[in-house]
Amino acid sequence: MPRWFYQLASPRWCYQITGKLLPGFSIAALFLIVGGTIWGLAFAPPDYQQGNSFRIIYLHVPTAYMAQSIYITMAIAGAIGLIWKMKVADMVAKCCAPIGASLAILALATGAIWGKPTWGSWWVWDARLTSMLILLFLYFGIMALNSAIESESTAAQSTAILALVGLVNIPIIQYSVDWWNTLHQPSTFKITEKPAMPPEMWIPLLILVIGFYCFFAVTLMMRLRNEILRRERRTSWVRELLMQQRG
Amino acid sequence: MSFDSFSDFLAMGGHAFYVWSCFALGLVVMLGNVIAPMLERKKLISEQLRRIRREEAKS
Repeated sequence: MPRWFYQLASPRWCYQITGKLLPGFSIAALFLIVGGTIWGLAFAPPDYQQGNSFRIIYLHVPTAYMAQSIYITMAIAGAIGLIWKMKVADMVAKCCAPIGASLAILALATGAIWGKPTWGSWWVWDARLTSMLILLFLYFGIMALNSAIESESTAAQSTAILALVGLVNIPIIQYSVDWWNTLHQPSTFKITEKPAMPPEMWIPLLILVIGFYCFFAVTLMMRLRNEILRRERRTSWVRELLMQQRG
Repeated sequence: MSFDSFSDFLAMGGHAFYVWSCFALGLVVMLGNVIAPMLERKKLISEQLRRIRREEAKS
């Protein structure tokens, strides 16, 4: 195992490194998201079929990506916690859940609002929408399970297993538009093909996706730092840190 | 610029309600995600400082 892997296991080291990384990621997230949104809302050309309602894509696609990426992050962190008994990994997994849930809600809500003018309905029980709703319920289940178990390590183990079982839903979401006949349009970005839309439409979308990854990093680090402080509150290094706060 | 005027931009070709409600909701969720851990941190630090003060008073 490389040295950084062991360092990651130290809550104190994680607290310090996240403190250094936070400003950079915050600035990147702010500029990418604000810039991408302005580009997408005001400068990208309207869709030839959907007109301007297509601009909802600039919020819908990044949030839908994030809801899934955060789930994968949570499951991997949970697995690392299970295998190597790494406490920081347990904390990361725990902190992922509320962020992922909020972005899953946003993806579903923007999808519903986009669906109304495009399909004529707020909601259809279509494969993509239903599997996304299941993702949201998985997040809720993981959060509920985590708060229901008093012992931190037992809670982390149980939620990690639930998260890993729920991982099966991710490829279902991803391929739902190919496996079933759905109303939902196919993926915007594919690894093997060029996007179906012109660059002046997909470049701002790509900027926003990167911006949302930075945003996730920021909110995750903020939550992780709180979690580290809370769990390590009896240690001497946190005590010293608190004394500095008091001045 | 894909619109002729600012009022055109606000109207979103008749889809103003859908587009702007999405982005307003997005702003609320994003701000919430930043503000919640900030408040949590404040609360946590003041709680721990109070605990330290209590322990110091006892000893």
